[in-house]
Amino acid sequence: MSAKESSNAALRYLNTGNTLQHAFGDVLSYFILLLIGILAFSIRIFSVIKYESVIHEFDPYFNYRVTQFLTKKGIYEFWNWFDDRTWYPLGRVIGGTVYPGLTLTAGSIWWLLNSLNIPLSVETACVFTAPIFSALASWATYLLTKEVKGAGAGLTAAFLLAMVPSYISRSVAGSYDNEAVAIFALIFTFGLYIKTLNTGSLFYATLNSLAYFYMVCSWGGYTFIINLIPMHVLLCVITGRYSSRLYIAYAPLVVLGTLLAASVPVVGFNAVMTSEHFASFLVFIIIQVVAFVYYIKGILSPKMFKVAVTLVVSVGLAVCCAVVAVLIALVASSPTKGWSGRSLSLLDPTYASKYIPIIASVSEHQPPTWPSYFMDINVLAFLVPAGIIACFLPLSDASSFVVLYIATSAYFSGVMVRLMLVLAPAACSTSGIALSEAFDVFTRSIKFQLPGVSKAEIDVGETSSAIAEEQNVAGKTEKPEETSKDRPSRKKKKEREHEEKPTKAKAEKKRLLALPLVATVVSLLLLVFLGAFYVLHCVWAAAEAYSAPSVVLSYRAHGRLHVFDDFREAYAWLRHNTDVNDKVASWWDYGYQTTAMANRTVIVDNNTWNNTHIATVGTAMSSPERAAWDIFHSLDVKYVFVIFGGLIGYPSDDINKFLWMVRIGGGVFPHIKEADYLKDGSYRIDSQATPTMLNCLMYKLSYYRFVETDGKAYDKVRRTEIGKKYFKLTHFEEVFTTHHWMVRIYKLKPPKNMIRGKTKKSKPKTSSRSSSRSGTKKKNPWH
Amino acid sequence: MEAPIRATHILGFALFFLLFFVCRSSPLHDLLISSAERRIDLTSHIVKVYLTLKVENAGSSPTSEILLAFPPTQVDHLATVEALVTKGKRKKTTLVRLDVKPTELPDAPNGTKYFTIYLANPLNSGESTTLEVLYLFTHSLEPFPAEIGQSESQLVYYRDSALILSPYHIKQQTTFIKTPSTKVESFTRVEPTNRAGTEMKYGPYEDHPPYSSSPILIHFENNSPFPVVEELVREVEISHWGNLQVTEQYTLVHGGARHKGVFSRVEYQSRPTLSGTSSLRYLLARLPPRVHSVYYRDEIGNISSSHLRTDSRKSELEIEPRYPLFGGWKATFIIGYGLPLQDFLFESSDDRRYLNFTFGCPLLETVVDKLTVKVVLPEGSKDPSAVVPFPVEQHLETKYSYLDVVGRTVVVMEKKNLVPSHNSHFQVHYTFKPIFMLAEPLMLASAFFLFFVACVAYLHIDLSIRK
Repeated sequence: MSAKESSNAALRYLNTGNTLQHAFGDVLSYFILLLIGILAFSIRIFSVIKYESVIHEFDPYFNYRVTQFLTKKGIYEFWNWFDDRTWYPLGRVIGGTVYPGLTLTAGSIWWLLNSLNIPLSVETACVFTAPIFSALASWATYLLTKEVKGAGAGLTAAFLLAMVPSYISRSVAGSYDNEAVAIFALIFTFGLYIKTLNTGSLFYATLNSLAYFYMVCSWGGYTFIINLIPMHVLLCVITGRYSSRLYIAYAPLVVLGTLLAASVPVVGFNAVMTSEHFASFLVFIIIQVVAFVYYIKGILSPKMFKVAVTLVVSVGLAVCCAVVAVLIALVASSPTKGWSGRSLSLLDPTYASKYIPIIASVSEHQPPTWPSYFMDINVLAFLVPAGIIACFLPLSDASSFVVLYIATSAYFSGVMVRLMLVLAPAACSTSGIALSEAFDVFTRSIKFQLPGVSKAEIDVGETSSAIAEEQNVAGKTEKPEETSKDRPSRKKKKEREHEEKPTKAKAEKKRLLALPLVATVVSLLLLVFLGAFYVLHCVWAAAEAYSAPSVVLSYRAHGRLHVFDDFREAYAWLRHNTDVNDKVASWWDYGYQTTAMANRTVIVDNNTWNNTHIATVGTAMSSPERAAWDIFHSLDVKYVFVIFGGLIGYPSDDINKFLWMVRIGGGVFPHIKEADYLKDGSYRIDSQATPTMLNCLMYKLSYYRFVETDGKAYDKVRRTEIGKKYFKLTHFEEVFTTHHWMVRIYKLKPPKNMIRGKTKKSKPKTSSRSSSRSGTKKKNPWH
Repeated sequence: MEAPIRATHILGFALFFLLFFVCRSSPLHDLLISSAERRIDLTSHIVKVYLTLKVENAGSSPTSEILLAFPPTQVDHLATVEALVTKGKRKKTTLVRLDVKPTELPDAPNGTKYFTIYLANPLNSGESTTLEVLYLFTHSLEPFPAEIGQSESQLVYYRDSALILSPYHIKQQTTFIKTPSTKVESFTRVEPTNRAGTEMKYGPYEDHPPYSSSPILIHFENNSPFPVVEELVREVEISHWGNLQVTEQYTLVHGGARHKGVFSRVEYQSRPTLSGTSSLRYLLARLPPRVHSVYYRDEIGNISSSHLRTDSRKSELEIEPRYPLFGGWKATFIIGYGLPLQDFLFESSDDRRYLNFTFGCPLLETVVDKLTVKVVLPEGSKDPSAVVPFPVEQHLETKYSYLDVVGRTVVVMEKKNLVPSHNSHFQVHYTFKPIFMLAEPLMLASAFFLFFVACVAYLHIDLSIRK
């Protein structure tokens, strides 16, 4: 609240025009920004306070492990890191396949703190990277929105972004993922682009390229930038808004940005070779041509210009056709038309489910539902249209960019729920604009309704009421802003009024826009209410919905906190009680956690780069015991673990994911057929289930001796008694099951029965060899 | 405090030389043990031996040293030796602790190792005295079978001699051995041998010459878990702002019979008395009173299964490892806690201060194979010296912590093979000037001041080239 008040004060002082007061206003808005940063940081540390300072989820464990490697071994070892503890026996080149931005950021934070003798652990640095960057991201939003619609809108947007649930879900303390820093880089790049567009300064253009470079380092989502900015440039050119500022904003970005991007190992030549980047080069050529045309136009007379145009167009068309033909031939020669699978699934939402089950199997790659929009951006969803309208009043280069940004990101978020994250900054920006404008209008109306200026009102009675109705409609949709905002905006209005006073005509015009007092006050109150609702929702989302680390489950019952720490129990057991070189197999979801927490070699992990390998594991899990044993044995696997939620009712266990294993396995090994596991098209594990299902390894490992717990073998997740209750394992043995049975670890039995004859034959050999060795030893009395 | 140390050193040297000459001059056979009673307690994995010796000086010259002999295999596992002598007559007896030091003898048969007990008053010829000796062995119970399944009970071997190894003639001796349960698979008989309930009696044996021995082997059930801390690093950090922060890093292993084959959770949970009886389910740590901000975690995060009970005299922390430890299973964890400084730090004259803290491992009934105690003194402290009641290896290190410039002096003490009786207090003395406490706050304040000055300067300086 203090921030808001101070912002009000700042705005009020700004109006006076006094330089001292002006400076005071600047200081106050910096102070508000600082408070917004603190808010953004502190709303994200619910997870540390309520739970513990620990890395969350799956991917962050990989990033954490990479960061540990970086801090231990240094940057050069990191670039050359070949990781042999994952994707056994293939391994993975980490240095060349990982986006290094996040790792390098957290690594440098850790290094900086340690060189100042602040002995924080790498884990602590990793846990708090995301909250720090979300503070930076809200400042970047301020920059972006301020460039579009002024400081008031900027502050509002920054405030909205600081607590937007969609972004919180990816950046709570401990959620150490690429997106945490990438969203900052994304907004900052856009902000700098707009800044360059507004100022035409090469300094900002260079900064923009660097920000883009950081984005490329951080996240694969950088392709969004390199497609959106060309789209905007093209839009500006087509609508006749070309200017030298546009050229300065775009050309350095493409040249410098592409050079820098190509120097990131994971991108490399992709920066010029793949279709995702072609749009930027095409637009680059277009803007060169346009710039040239404008230049020529400037130095030639109109007649000469016409002649030149015909000449250039005829030659240029021929060259263009040739180039385009070559390009098309090149692109068409690649099976995916030069697009990566994930990009294709964005352009064609049905692509992944048709061709790449691995991408489709990830829940965050599914299209979102309407409730998830409400959950993730809440009232912003209703404010966005108003913001878009505000962007058109008047339309500038900058505001057209925001419109374009919100339109494209809304589409992408509709394809993949994960990309809601890209939508959130756009939504905050437009909502910030909408709220700021709405408060501007309402407070200005109040100002004109005040006794001192009531005279003018009567003149414009009818028109103003008509306009008021319109405004009310707009205002209602724009309600979601916070209480804090309305005060600053009111001051803004006042400011504007002050400015307008000198010219009476303008003041009259403004008065025409004035709304009836009651309507204004009611609208303001509704806006405040909407804002309060947003704040409450965000705090709730941060505290309850998004802060729980998925490695530890906990719930409150009968006034006590029950903690299910089974994952870490199993990982700790593997870490301390198996040989350091043992290979552990599980479904790929748990690969990153196993390598990071248990420090054991895994067969597959969350970096799903090799579909066949994952399909092999999926096949093993769907096969009967003996066949599965053969597959695992051929992969040198010693331990297999499954996640089982049937005892305590943990729904995201392996039985529920099992159909994906069957699908992915069946995609490569056709003898696995999904239909064999389904009874009349429905997936079941009770007595109606198919024999294939009841005999597959996953079923057996999950339910082995489960019946002995309650005598009935009632599965709390599937809410049914299981189909086959009593069975024995012949090729696997249970070596560990966690306290709540969530992780069950099995060991492959040694192959002694099958090759007993061989060992017998080989025995004499080895014994004779050893005896001969001992014989030689005996000869030497000094040994 | 240095003076007494030096004095004891000199005394030690003097005694050593004295001993040397005594050994040369007076034969050991002047002393004889008229009666000896030994009680061996095998109920836990730390073997406790209580030895009562009645020593008689049969020689002509007075002597003040009495030798204890140990076979070399036992000496490696010997954690501590204490000797007490009873003073006073009949009812008003008090026990006085005597000095015990390891000793080398030139003509020790079969590598026998010796400890010398130094009597407070020399034993004149013809006189006799009664000594109480307590010594503890670790790692002396050998599991057999070495690997057991989940529902089997843990059987162990204990090897010793029915006769007390001694450089002296022993007139009469008896040995009692207490086992944890009545389940004894086998034991060596050296007549007369009796077994009643949980106790076995070897002896009495009459008139055995020096160095006589008669090996015995007892095979019995010991289902108590064998918690062994392979390595423990205790870091005690002194902050003169009022806190003593203790961080203890454990590498815990169950030292009993190795677990073999299957671990079935359903059996473990449904039949806790039959299945996994020797498994290590929880540990109890006894912490000082007024302990605060206790945490219990390992390298992958917090471990939620612990309970802290505090009262005015002590705090008890009950911790469960992430998983029950079966034989051979390992776990690592960290316990940390804060303590009010005034309970442990005392001032002596002119800026000398000393820390008084316990040395050993706070876990009950636990053997520590290697213990490192690091006392981190505040930045700017000087002349550290440590006083420990038993021999330890010492050296100094430097540690850099929050915003340190010159680093903090760390007194490092290392000792191997510890048992709970090593939990005695040690002292670290050092000099510290309170002005150093203000160094870091001043540094921070000046850094912020400089930052604001820089901001002011930046806002008031026009760096543009063109006017």
